[in-house]
Amino acid sequence: MFISLEFQQQNTNEKELSRVTCWLLGAIITALSIALTIALLVTDKAVPGLADLAAKNLDISGVENPVTAVLLNFRSYDTLLEIAVLLIVAVAILPTQSSTTTQFLSVDDKIIISPVLVGLLKWLVPLAILVGGYLLWTGAYSPGGAFQAGAVVAGAGVALSLAGRHDFLWQTTKARVALNLGLLVFLLVAAANAIVTGTSLQYPVEHAGWLILVVEIAATLSIAAILLLLFVRLKKIAERSEQEINQ
Amino acid sequence: MTQDLLYSVVGVALFGIGVFGVVVAAHVIRKLIAVNIMGIGVFMVLLASAHHGAITDPVPHAMVLTGIVVAVAGTAQCLWLALRIQLLDENEAGESTQ
Amino acid sequence: MMSWDAVYSLLPLVVGLPLLAAIACALLDSHRWRVGLSILFAFLQLSIVVMLLLAIQHSGAGASYRYALGGWGAPLGIDLVVDGLAIILLLITALLVLILSIYSAQYFSAPNKAAGFWPLWWLLVAGLNAAFISADAFNIYVALEIIGLSAVALVALTGTRAALTAALRYALVGLLGSLCYLLGVALLYRAYGTLDLVQLASTVQANPLTWASLALISVGLLLKTALLPLHFWLPSAHASAPAPVSAVLSALVVKASFYLLVRFWLEVLAPATTEFAMNFLGLLGATAIVWGCIAAFRASRLKLLVAYSTVAQLGYLFLLFPLAAASDISVPLIDSVSDVAGSAALAAVIYFIIAHALAKAAMFLAAGNIQSCYGHDTIDKLQGAARSQPIAVFTFAIAGISLIGLPPSGGFIAKWLLLNSAIQNGQWWWVIVMLVGGLLAAVYIGRVLTIAFAQTVAQSGDKMSTHLLPRGLAMCGLVLAISAVLLGFNAEPVLALLEGSAQISSMGAGGL
Repeated sequence: MFISLEFQQQNTNEKELSRVTCWLLGAIITALSIALTIALLVTDKAVPGLADLAAKNLDISGVENPVTAVLLNFRSYDTLLEIAVLLIVAVAILPTQSSTTTQFLSVDDKIIISPVLVGLLKWLVPLAILVGGYLLWTGAYSPGGAFQAGAVVAGAGVALSLAGRHDFLWQTTKARVALNLGLLVFLLVAAANAIVTGTSLQYPVEHAGWLILVVEIAATLSIAAILLLLFVRLKKIAERSEQEINQ
Repeated sequence: MTQDLLYSVVGVALFGIGVFGVVVAAHVIRKLIAVNIMGIGVFMVLLASAHHGAITDPVPHAMVLTGIVVAVAGTAQCLWLALRIQLLDENEAGESTQ
Repeated sequence: MMSWDAVYSLLPLVVGLPLLAAIACALLDSHRWRVGLSILFAFLQLSIVVMLLLAIQHSGAGASYRYALGGWGAPLGIDLVVDGLAIILLLITALLVLILSIYSAQYFSAPNKAAGFWPLWWLLVAGLNAAFISADAFNIYVALEIIGLSAVALVALTGTRAALTAALRYALVGLLGSLCYLLGVALLYRAYGTLDLVQLASTVQANPLTWASLALISVGLLLKTALLPLHFWLPSAHASAPAPVSAVLSALVVKASFYLLVRFWLEVLAPATTEFAMNFLGLLGATAIVWGCIAAFRASRLKLLVAYSTVAQLGYLFLLFPLAAASDISVPLIDSVSDVAGSAALAAVIYFIIAHALAKAAMFLAAGNIQSCYGHDTIDKLQGAARSQPIAVFTFAIAGISLIGLPPSGGFIAKWLLLNSAIQNGQWWWVIVMLVGGLLAAVYIGRVLTIAFAQTVAQSGDKMSTHLLPRGLAMCGLVLAISAVLLGFNAEPVLALLEGSAQISSMGAGGL
């Protein structure tokens, strides 16, 4: 009740618009959408886009799944910047105090949780990590890849965090390495490529497969760490359980 | 109407609904949901453009995957800011009642 | 003697180095190491950009270079492209980043704030550079997101409620803008099957779909550039950020989206643009000049005044479009060299961007210094600032000279070039707007200076002197302000440099 009241103030300093304005805006946006739809309907689609070109070069891309080939070879620069985007939010949300402990994952055995939950976690967490590994591996051949794998592995962390006994210490060196590893490895591989082939991000054809796998493993780790960080920090601030979050 | 055209039109409609939501909604969570609906609309248009009968163009699929990651990052950042503002307000309210 | 091609192969480093710097700053625990490395990286970046500049100059006017990342080449891969226009923006970015890094090293002395600042700072720089050299429409989207998200995070660093609210609004507007842009790109890909800007430029036709995507891309980029009706987010965001962040937001971040607008309107989607639309953009720009100046005059806080002044100054940039439309450089892929008037307008606007970037950054640093010294920046309470903060007020005044457009500053040359171009095209009405804008700027800057030089009546002078800032903080702003003026003294070499860049057709030259 109190919270919902607070949330009512939680806007960007904008007041509710009057009904007339709403209808007017609705009408304008509907008209624009219809115009856009008509523009879509009267124009032909480019056939077949880049499908042929991608298929033709798939053999020398180092992977068999065309989407993975686009993400990590043809247009790997986009993926590199995409990991940078994730890193931005991670840095923005990261607690700034440095810590004295070195342990990333801490367990508080004094918190009593249901034995059923303990049993479930024992199964669920290793299973999620296993599935993540599988998704990462299979990304080379069929749908899957670093982001999907990272999301599933982060899910294991989310389950631990929700159960209540575990806490993650993001100020530790381990955590910071995990957050940055994906971008760092990607950059190093890009630089190594530039030295070997003369062009940044160009994989030597015979080594493309394993190099891409290395990049993907590092990316998976970082994506998992960053997604988990986002969840844990948002959960903490929503529960007001951490005083220093206010900075 | 072919299948991919249907998807594109629905995508544009979703985009329009999202824009309406962003502009009209006052509540920050509503605005964020609206932004995500816009995003889904764009992704549908992209996915529809990948469909060419038997062969599928992987490039739009990759763009959508990148777009999803970016959307996750943007949403998380907005939530973080909104929650911090709320926390500040609560602390202020707490101080003033004491 | 190193061959120039070898220099060009350094191009990916323009994005790679800042990313590496960001990682180093995120991993390192020591404040000193972070600062030292940042300044080192800023120097490295500047030297790489200077080498690229020399290579471009060596290749002659209108030269460009394409770098096929991954070796695939467009349309399958992503290309980087550097030409005269891009290299000038890279150069001004590298210069400002170096000076602002030195400033930030002293500004963020508390390790906690600094730990958050440096990685975000370098990610922002990486995003800016990526946007300047990208030749791929979707890649530009990712670069825009890097710029947007890191800028928002930097604004939020202040941590006050006002800053967080401004950051949240900025974030939502940024997301809205980039999604509009992305839908425009999706429509282009659907219709033309390529994301490469040069290939798009050569295949785009004037049809409803291209108009639709031009409209979406423009709305998205205009939101980020904060042209008048879409400027609502800018003053609060720019005014509540930490001083070096405000400086980079006003000097570079809004210019990045303007740069992309220029690329799309005059180059990539040129066949779909109409003279009416170009004039409309000019009209919005003219309104922004007048309205921004009035809002700046009425602002109660110094940083807010400087932020509104950015709204006004951005208006000048948009006068490019009607001037370009009249002189028809909008078909640059065929031949732009022949059209002197059109490229003169572009050269004027680029000059304006440089002059404004220097002056506005100086002004924000001065305002930030005054704010951290007084503990507030309410203009009416700044009496005697000229005595207690002479360097900051002096910096503000010099930067103001350039913003007003008084000789011999860089701002004067920029405005003079723009006026010339307007007169050459017979569009005298823009001349009136520019003169009125200059007068109004003189009024709002004069207002601040009058108060600053006023005799202190009831101020406790001793209390202020205890808040004296490190000298380095004041000097950084002064250096920027003086360079803004020197830009006016040395107009010749800069103009010669611009000559090549003004032929924006060059972007296509290497790739077709």
